[in-house]
Amino acid sequence: MLHVDVGKHLGEFSIEASFTSEGRVTGLFGASGSGKTSLISMIAGLLKPDRGIIALDGETLDDTDARVHVPSHRRRIGYVFQDARLFPHLNVAQNLDYGRRMNRLAQDPAQRGRVTDLLDIGHLLDRRPGKLSGGERQRVALGRALLSKPRLLLLDEPLGSLDEGRKVEILPYLIRLRDEGIPMVYVSHDAAELRQLATQIVMLRHGKVTAFGGVKVLTPPS
Amino acid sequence: MRAIRLSFEAIDRRLEDAASTLGASGPWVFLTVTLPLALPGVIAGMVLAFAKALGEFGATITFVSNIPGETQTISSAIYSLIQTPDGDTAAARLVIISIVIAMSALIASEWFARRATKRLHGN
Repeated sequence: MLHVDVGKHLGEFSIEASFTSEGRVTGLFGASGSGKTSLISMIAGLLKPDRGIIALDGETLDDTDARVHVPSHRRRIGYVFQDARLFPHLNVAQNLDYGRRMNRLAQDPAQRGRVTDLLDIGHLLDRRPGKLSGGERQRVALGRALLSKPRLLLLDEPLGSLDEGRKVEILPYLIRLRDEGIPMVYVSHDAAELRQLATQIVMLRHGKVTAFGGVKVLTPPS
Repeated sequence: MRAIRLSFEAIDRRLEDAASTLGASGPWVFLTVTLPLALPGVIAGMVLAFAKALGEFGATITFVSNIPGETQTISSAIYSLIQTPDGDTAAARLVIISIVIAMSALIASEWFARRATKRLHGN
């Protein structure tokens, strides 16, 4: 369960958002500039809320009244960025292994094999990120986040930087991932994408939650 | 110094954020992401600083003077040789040596700088 109730000022823009999601895949829906990325940056611990609470499965990650702020590296929350952000000086295998090394987890060849199969990236392991296509890069970024064994996976428009053809290429992997049962927060401005993936929707507009519920909230009342 | 600072500033902060969501604490982010990415630039800067130190004349003469075998640098040795009768050939030899050193430092620095760019683009 993810509970978010935060406020944050970012220059002229401010976010006041509150929701509690039990869903396996929480879709954060809104136009660009509605505060989606800032909101998940707060969940990831990269951005500190001015006020409020963020809790995951009963553990408080942020509580401004109690001065609690768990730093991002101790949250065990995976983050897949829109621009992949693979480490350019490491090859694909080393990128995939990074989270395991940093969290001092034991080697788990079985899990690694499963993830590389799931995402079809086994043949890319020796390559540098600069030699990958956009779609391949995004799949490696997904694998890298998964292999750090996160409690929650944040996906910030993972298809946003890809053209239509590539989107169709990645979407099935995301659906497979959802069916693996890892809780996710999926950010998108594309209602069709969220209809395929999300189980619950948080709709954001100008930094505020305007609707919350099942995927049906994506369909405007006629 | 400027080259070194620039190479650290060129590192994408967003990569450091990515590292921290993968469980790397501040010092680990620096050791595994920031430093390796900045390293070729740091070396390029150090090579340039070395080449520049070779040409230093004023500060050397002023503070440690020009004692052969102790504080004499290539440029002050050239200066002394020019002042000496029949020192021209020896001076010319040193000039050629310093040109070679300066050129190789420049080439090395350029090579490292190119590697730095390549590294940042992940090729």
